[in-house]
Amino acid sequence: MRTSPFTPQLEVHEITADALESRAQDCLQQGMRFLMAWHDWEEDDVCVLRYLLSRPGNPQFLLWELRASQQIPSLAKLVPLLGWYEREMQELGGVEFLDHPEPYPLVIHEGYQLAAAPLGPQYSGESITGAYASPTMPEIANDQVQDLYWGPVRADFVETGEFHFSYIGEAILHYHPRLFYKHRGLEKRFQGMSAESAVFLAERVSGVGSACHALTYCQAVEAAWGIEVPWRAQLLRVIIVELERLYNHLHFFGLLAKTTTLKVGSATGLLLEERVKQLNGKLTGSRFLRGLFCVGGLRRDLAAEHLDGDLETFIYEADAYLQDLHDTATHLDRLMGTGVLPKQAAFDQGATGPVARASGLDRDLRRDHPYAAYHKLRFNVPVREKGDAMARAEVRAESLREALALIVQAAGRLKPGPVRADFAIPDGEQAGLGWAESPRGSLLYAVRIRAGKLQRVKIKSPSFSNWRVFPLTVHDTNLMDYAINEASFGLTIAGCDR
Amino acid sequence: MPFWTWTGIKNGRANTQWPARGPDGQEGVLGMPRWQPERCVPDCQACADVCPTAAIHREDDGMSMDYGRCIVCQACVEACPQEAMLPSGDWAFAVRDRQDLHWQATLSSPAAKDLQNKVVGSLRRSLHIKHVDAGSCNGCESEIGALDNPFYNLHRLGIFFTPSPRFADLLLVTGPVTAPMRNPLLATWEAMPEPRMVLAVGACAVSGAPMDAGYAGGHGLDGVLPVDVWLPGCPPNPAALIHALLLLLERQPQRVEGGHYAD
Repeated sequence: MRTSPFTPQLEVHEITADALESRAQDCLQQGMRFLMAWHDWEEDDVCVLRYLLSRPGNPQFLLWELRASQQIPSLAKLVPLLGWYEREMQELGGVEFLDHPEPYPLVIHEGYQLAAAPLGPQYSGESITGAYASPTMPEIANDQVQDLYWGPVRADFVETGEFHFSYIGEAILHYHPRLFYKHRGLEKRFQGMSAESAVFLAERVSGVGSACHALTYCQAVEAAWGIEVPWRAQLLRVIIVELERLYNHLHFFGLLAKTTTLKVGSATGLLLEERVKQLNGKLTGSRFLRGLFCVGGLRRDLAAEHLDGDLETFIYEADAYLQDLHDTATHLDRLMGTGVLPKQAAFDQGATGPVARASGLDRDLRRDHPYAAYHKLRFNVPVREKGDAMARAEVRAESLREALALIVQAAGRLKPGPVRADFAIPDGEQAGLGWAESPRGSLLYAVRIRAGKLQRVKIKSPSFSNWRVFPLTVHDTNLMDYAINEASFGLTIAGCDR
Repeated sequence: MPFWTWTGIKNGRANTQWPARGPDGQEGVLGMPRWQPERCVPDCQACADVCPTAAIHREDDGMSMDYGRCIVCQACVEACPQEAMLPSGDWAFAVRDRQDLHWQATLSSPAAKDLQNKVVGSLRRSLHIKHVDAGSCNGCESEIGALDNPFYNLHRLGIFFTPSPRFADLLLVTGPVTAPMRNPLLATWEAMPEPRMVLAVGACAVSGAPMDAGYAGGHGLDGVLPVDVWLPGCPPNPAALIHALLLLLERQPQRVEGGHYAD
């Protein structure tokens, strides 16, 4: 039996297609959580399916490997969150799943085709062709029911997506988001690139997640190559990604207040976001914290020692802003009881980040599977039980305060030192997993490298998980609450679509 | 007085008057690398070797540079042994002619440029923008959204976003134009009344870089729509966006010609 390239980093179990369902059942009973699944054609006729799991109380991840040349039983009935992963593997990877409970197109829409699966062995450079066709929707027949197709081009300056509502008056009967208009085939683009220089591409998967994507990608390559990142770089990495959390969460509150028509509240949040972006620009040269990460550490040192001083008045203002929002009854009235996501649904369907924590799932990769410098830093992980928009806002508010505290803490511990490890690119094949708790939840990169070149890169963005969950909170609610509910999820589309 | 009204009045004005006066808000923000070809040594192509989007590449008669493909990653600045690629704050890179993003050793006459700069008179005052995301990474949307925050306060310039293409003067496009977004983009353009203009925002929309050459990614707006102003950058910051919009309205001069940036 050949050993897995992930063996040095993860606990790898080889499993067979026949045992898949019973093993999955056992794992669920033990409280394990599936984090992602991806395929990898290691040779033209051997496809390896990988399922990543986390175990309660165990910082090491569990990886299942299934070597298959035939059809594979779908686990989506048992583990609903795997539904999208399997559909994506069918469309992009040329892997077939038996008895999939959701046999509809996901990434390549109805009306569009690809001659061969681009992440499969037969692909030879074809592009997507076709023309728009309506999506597959459940039939809702009643003369009172109206259908609203909204998108892909919408109002303001929002990301592209198409949203279908079937409704009677104010009541939404069914809601279906059709995403992946922005699918750019990024996992394929990584293939063949030198692992060292592909950081720039990770930064452009989701712009407002540039830093976390770069960090996670670098950590995956560093795990594969066994690189030890210097301590100063680890602390600076924490500062950079917490700055990203800061401006993202402030943006969240600006938008949320906009949906509850609190104009000044919205403007204040967006102005605070702008101030963080300007601080980013001054500190790093990039408002989106791009161009800093590299395999082995950071591309250049940052003078972040005095960040606590720079942030002194900001911390006070951000705190006062959050408190003011929390004291505004008209704002809170619109959040309470809106878009409730029950705990079980959050677990089964794969909710992550603040959305999961607002529904009672006490999970945070920074604490449960520490990376960078988080094991040496103190922070709380806020959790709420109610699962409504209010709970999601509360979790983000606390997490914003924690981000500020983490930046101050990490800046205070900086000592002079190198920020980049020396390393030699190894020959042969290696693989690694990188993970990070991004502002929106768990972000994962799995890479397989041969002779310095990327063979397979799998990206799991938090919005891919949370977009699957979101419709559950829309069915049977009303149109007036929709915008508030969507804002309370804080989703991006580029990250989901890739 | 209601609490938030009072808060707003107490906090006072936050906005800049840039470009008339006041800060642009981009202190420290790095722009396109500034090329000093006279410092280059023969047969050196360190910059082209590290450029991830082929914005810099070697041709038979020397190096060629296309700022339309530059994603501002600074890799060339770090790799250059001669300091011929300098870090800069050159981000107001909007141009009317795509050719002006290509480096030219010698510049054509300014008079020829002026002739091209004709703008439809009816658009000189207020401008209404329809935005279409044709597959961006959302970095551009984040900066376009920032135009609405109190610091930039785009409305002060008489420029507004409109939800409907029917009321729009300008189509602002981000992203490389992915396969399923091509038709919705063209349909939006068709729905706009004339005169109508197009602004390509970000390296993706200008050239497709770094998302081109895949099974899903397009090549930007070249050959898709008639573009009036090209604004590269990854993403262009809000001040660069304001400059591009004012350039379009002939209220700001173009700063770049043949790849050369005028301060």
